[in-house]
Amino acid sequence: MLPAIPNLLSIITFAPLFGAAVIMILRALSRRDDEAVIARNAKWISLWTTLVTLALSVVMLLQFKGSDAGYQFVERYTWFGPISYHMGVDGISILFVALTAFLMPLCIAASWTSISQRVTEYMVAFLLLETLVIGVFTSLDIFLFYIFFEGGLVPMFLIIGIWGGKDRVYAAYKFFLYTLLGSVLMLAAMLYMVNKLGTADIPEMTRLLTEAPFPVDVQGFLWFAFFASFAVKMPMWPVHTWLPDAHVQAPTAGSVMLAGILLKLGGYGFIRFNLPMFAQASEMFAPLVMALSVIAVVYTSLVAFRQTDIKKLIAYSSVAHMGFVTMGIFAGNQLGVEGAIFQMISHGLISGALFLCVGVVYDRWHTREIAFYGGLTKLMPHFAFIFLLFTMANVGLPGTSGFIGEITTMTGAYDWGTWVALVSASGVIFSAVYALNLYKRVMFGVVTNDELKKYPDVDAREIAIFTPLIIGTLVLGIYPAFVFDFTTASVDGLVKAYQAAIGG
Amino acid sequence: MLFETSAHAAPAAHGAAHVAEAAHAIASAPPEGMATIVTVCVLAPIVGAAIAGFFGRRIGNIPSQLVTTGLLFLSCVLGWYTFIQHTWGGMPDFTIKLLDFINIGDFKSAWSVRIDALSATMLVVVTTVSSLVHLYSWGYMSEDDSRPRFFSYLSLFTFAMLMLVTAADFMQLFFGWEGVGLASYLLIGFWFQKDSASSAAIKAFVVNRVGDFGFALGIMTIFWQFGTINFGELFPLLANQHGHAWEFAGMYFSALDLAAFLLFIGAMGKSAQFFLHTWLPDAMEGPTPVSALIHAATMVTAGVYMVCLLSPLFEMAPQAKMIVAYVGAITAIFAASIGFTQNDIKRVIAYSTCSQLGYMFFAAGVGAYQAAMFHLFTHAFFKALLFLGAGSVIHGMHHEQDMRKMGGLWKYLPVTYAVMTIGTIAITGLGIPYTEIGFAGFFSKDAIIESAWVMHGTAQGTFAFWMGILAALLTSFYSFRLVFMTFHGKKTWEQGKHGDHGHDDHHAHDDHGHGHAHTPHESPWIMLVPLIALAVGAVAAGFVFAPYFIGEHAHAFWGNAIQVAADNHVMHDAHHIEEVWVKLAPLVVTLIGLALAWYFYLLRPSLPKKMAANEGPIWTFLYNKWFFDEIYQATFVKLTKWLGDVFWKIGDVKIIDGLGPNGVAWTALKSAKNLVKTQTGYVYHYAFFMFLGVVGLLTWAVFGLAH
Repeated sequence: MLPAIPNLLSIITFAPLFGAAVIMILRALSRRDDEAVIARNAKWISLWTTLVTLALSVVMLLQFKGSDAGYQFVERYTWFGPISYHMGVDGISILFVALTAFLMPLCIAASWTSISQRVTEYMVAFLLLETLVIGVFTSLDIFLFYIFFEGGLVPMFLIIGIWGGKDRVYAAYKFFLYTLLGSVLMLAAMLYMVNKLGTADIPEMTRLLTEAPFPVDVQGFLWFAFFASFAVKMPMWPVHTWLPDAHVQAPTAGSVMLAGILLKLGGYGFIRFNLPMFAQASEMFAPLVMALSVIAVVYTSLVAFRQTDIKKLIAYSSVAHMGFVTMGIFAGNQLGVEGAIFQMISHGLISGALFLCVGVVYDRWHTREIAFYGGLTKLMPHFAFIFLLFTMANVGLPGTSGFIGEITTMTGAYDWGTWVALVSASGVIFSAVYALNLYKRVMFGVVTNDELKKYPDVDAREIAIFTPLIIGTLVLGIYPAFVFDFTTASVDGLVKAYQAAIGG
Repeated sequence: MLFETSAHAAPAAHGAAHVAEAAHAIASAPPEGMATIVTVCVLAPIVGAAIAGFFGRRIGNIPSQLVTTGLLFLSCVLGWYTFIQHTWGGMPDFTIKLLDFINIGDFKSAWSVRIDALSATMLVVVTTVSSLVHLYSWGYMSEDDSRPRFFSYLSLFTFAMLMLVTAADFMQLFFGWEGVGLASYLLIGFWFQKDSASSAAIKAFVVNRVGDFGFALGIMTIFWQFGTINFGELFPLLANQHGHAWEFAGMYFSALDLAAFLLFIGAMGKSAQFFLHTWLPDAMEGPTPVSALIHAATMVTAGVYMVCLLSPLFEMAPQAKMIVAYVGAITAIFAASIGFTQNDIKRVIAYSTCSQLGYMFFAAGVGAYQAAMFHLFTHAFFKALLFLGAGSVIHGMHHEQDMRKMGGLWKYLPVTYAVMTIGTIAITGLGIPYTEIGFAGFFSKDAIIESAWVMHGTAQGTFAFWMGILAALLTSFYSFRLVFMTFHGKKTWEQGKHGDHGHDDHHAHDDHGHGHAHTPHESPWIMLVPLIALAVGAVAAGFVFAPYFIGEHAHAFWGNAIQVAADNHVMHDAHHIEEVWVKLAPLVVTLIGLALAWYFYLLRPSLPKKMAANEGPIWTFLYNKWFFDEIYQATFVKLTKWLGDVFWKIGDVKIIDGLGPNGVAWTALKSAKNLVKTQTGYVYHYAFFMFLGVVGLLTWAVFGLAH
């Protein structure tokens, strides 16, 4: 076995920041006119940084004890006042750390040739984003959490605003506006809680609130404040309209991070805060969440069907898939919550890959109009296979990870209320409608647009980016225990406490 | 230890379920070597699919074909070995576990190979037809430029189908179920340049998804009723919910009827039953070997297989069973009625398949699961034969599929003609009542009709019986019509002229036949050999296997694989029908159908043409397939599009954005323009302000709280 590395979580969290610093220092030391060299160095340093972070996360996964429901790799240093530097992961958050570390090198590789403007800043923004996002999942102090949670928006905001498409300002603005609204409420709620409980330590707060919950009306307000922030992040219907715009304008790697990781902050927040800390309120508001979830599944699937822009279509499909996550979480049972976590991990791989697929054609023809394409299968057989595989995974075909997430969350929700399963299962029909129609319009038919013949099939770099995602999607689809072995113990504790609290 | 093995414990005798005292009742661990044999049998096709799929272009056409076909024949040999061991070798039922699948609390599923009479039968059907179809495709697809892809898909399909039939729990069943759906989608859309092919592929997938919607809900219902999704664990528990009510979507249903009905919706989709049948005729866009394998012999029978597999459930769900009987009977007559107006040779056979599946379902619906499985078994041979025969005709006619442009072909395609005739006689079920002499369909179809008669005390039994008789008449008529229009009568094609390109036409085939004189020609031997092998099955499958499936050895043959209620004596009573006319009726209507076809299509061929030209209301209704496609188009498809547009353009754009961000954003942007010159500067500012805000709030909080 590998030796234990002290402060492993801090190293994983801040390694990307260190890489970013190195890039900045190197640039400061270089001559100003050496732009090409600086850019090249920035890319390679970023790639190596993210790969090292990934390697360290693998070490963390290997050393994690799945049977232990508590936090592991804990680091704790007192800061000032009620705030401490408290890091740790349990069977839930460890998977998101790993997912982030897994997607990041792919993002860097995907930006290798498509980004030519301000390369160093771009790389720094991504590395900063990685640190902040991993920090969200590793921090066990509520203020630390908040800093990472809100801070993560800044690099994303910049990535869209600077390297985005032609309406990037509108998109960045919309993104910001929605998110800010929720954040303010959440911060107020946090302040209130810390004030009342006298601690900002998340495990400690959870323990206190399990033993002596807030009165139900107070819970209701607090629950709603957190909900406002996380619902926007998911995003849930009807606060989802920022997502299609943000995706359409974001560069490919930005979309991958947005769909792959940032959307998961909401689901993670629900599991970490709403469910354990405000159990009664969660039960009380569950009908609302369920209603919004099934609306999201059906409504956005139908909207996706009518899109003419590839990226927008996939963005809407993301909203629909997040509907399964929220319904699983608030079903409040083992199947639902574990399924929701699985669905988030799975969606991170699948939607990430789908946005990379869009990137493949966008890099070549610089348009996302579906009508522009058609018949690509003949010209790009390797790409046809990759795109088909992820289309099917998105549709939730058994054998891919997409299926596991959908069937477990739906089955979990069935116990909460059969109508939730009934309506969301119909969404499974619509997902086939929009996904297969997209595939048909882009890939099938005869090539009528001669422009399409100009560029070759996916190259070695692109195949290298997709390969880990293909393996991940299939392996998790066939042997989902790779995820469940981590989540079972932690979710079991969570669900038991929740059920006890609501007297179920 | 490579495999974990577990023997099926005999289900404990309980309430309504009658446990057969069969040879297999006391099960044990699988005999030496069987674990490996059945595992290789199931997994071999996916190895072939992967090799041909990933390396096909590199290793070339012939090696791809060799490896897929070779592995399929290996599967076939092992499948037959398993079946023989199970039927005559005294091998007990067993299940081997390969790997855990989903494992959350009670929601436990494992990748397994379950061997019992049902799965052993299916192993034989699937691997036999599939290996013959692989072989046939060497000839049929010889001019296609993506053969490795084609063979890869065929093998992928076979793998999924084998996973389906050997599943030990609902999750693996569902995996196979949707896996065959994927393969079907890929193969229907194999010629993806054709718009009609890719549309048909989507239609097949989506309509099946409608079925799977019910299937998935059925699985969930089972899980929450019984806390298990494993068949072996489920069956002994079924009695616990017998007579209980279950809440679903705000209403209360009989628990078991609800579960069975939801699962049956899945079966309706996969087996193209009434309302969910529309995808099957369109699926004929796929290459003909695909139609034979997937859309006739194997995949479409998965629904029947599921109902039979779940016989313990359906036996305790009388309402659901009744629905199965009605849907089956309606489909049998409905599809047959369309079949006799169609002119596309493949579509006629497609509707025929639909109709025969209806027979299988109403057999199951009246409780004659054994007869349903037997018809599934014999049907696989003669229907695959008919499709591959049609493929041979299409091949020989240079891609002509319209029967009106055929005629007199027997001289040019003698072997095809001979085997097609055998297939036709087999499907019409010709045989001598009160004897053991007859073609395959005689044994299985008559058993179904007689079972329905036994149940004529029930409304669905009477209905099914009469629909079965009427459908037999139509079957005979359209089947012989096909033979007469194609092989007999005046030739309506012109020598040397390329006919209009039919449905099977596509890019790679465009240059087909150059170098041939354009006269119809017999197919090469690599296509004829599978036809002959299937013809042997169409003749012999009935009298050889009838004693096992439905006759004196049936009890021992099925063991615990099919469990019927204590008061279900359908199979027994069907052997003791006293009414002579019931025994003779199928033969009589078959002969009438033959005579009518002979009269209309050989003696007075001008009559049907006149009828078609008149476009009378009944003919129009039938020719347009009861207008199902048009109705679905005008309702579901339109509604979906309309709702999508409304949600998007009004819901998202006008209401949500209009009231929310755009309302605010517009004002903000307007004032911001005056403050900030460049766009990027604008973004930076916002980011900066946001960050400042966060830091400011935190500082306040920290210092405020420190005291």
